[in-house]
Amino acid sequence: MITAFADPFDALLSLQRELEARLASDWLSEMSASRGPFPPINVFQQGDDILALMELPGVDKNDLQIQAKANTIRISGKKRVEYANEASVHRRERVSGEFDRTLSLPVQFDPDGIKAEYRDGLLALYLPRAESDKPHSIKIK
Amino acid sequence: MATRQELQVQQKRELDKKEEDTVPARVFLPTADIYETDDALNVVLEMPGVEKNSVDIRVEDGVLKIGGRLDFSKYQGLQPLYTEYNVGHYSRSFRLPSRIDQNKIAAELKDGVLSLVLPKVEEAKPRTIQVK
Repeated sequence: MITAFADPFDALLSLQRELEARLASDWLSEMSASRGPFPPINVFQQGDDILALMELPGVDKNDLQIQAKANTIRISGKKRVEYANEASVHRRERVSGEFDRTLSLPVQFDPDGIKAEYRDGLLALYLPRAESDKPHSIKIK
Repeated sequence: MATRQELQVQQKRELDKKEEDTVPARVFLPTADIYETDDALNVVLEMPGVEKNSVDIRVEDGVLKIGGRLDFSKYQGLQPLYTEYNVGHYSRSFRLPSRIDQNKIAAELKDGVLSLVLPKVEEAKPRTIQVK
């Protein structure tokens, strides 16, 4: 649980610890159709809604497809790493290739309200919770 | 049957710090490709989430030091539910060969990918030798 940070210098380390702790989370272990595959996803809760973040540096927007259906999101595309033909390679760490990943979430979201933003190599998916999925208070007669 | 190459997930490598930081936080090494052409040495680093004004490139004593800072205020109010990767600032250094002209280093950042062009000093450019 993220609490208000009294010391701004701790904020960064606290976030990193939170992310590290969630690596062992079993929240999605049954639901996620994939965990190992690329790209790695971080799922956050913002109020009632979900925000999914993925690191996809150097991907052309035309090479990226996002599909949403019911409670699953599918992210697919191609990451290109190309250099000039005359280049002589000293070190190669960047990976390139095709990816196709499906994420199933245990919540229903409103497919019309889904927003995707790709900036600075970070893909952010904003998934608003469906009205029908939000808890409703029931009056007792 | 798919014959295409599937992308593998790379775990982020943490930086081995030689000096201690006053602000405790984990710093990661950005993945890097280094290649050479006739005119220059090129270093390409992946630093997703880093904006142009958060990049710090400097050359000190023949060492090229690259730093990229993340804006953590974006994570305020977000509660992690399920995580597969950690986030942090980026830092990596390379010792430059003497044949690089340190005054002419150029850098470009696009979609989280930083491309550095390190031009070679004139005398270091390859010359073809004619065989008589």
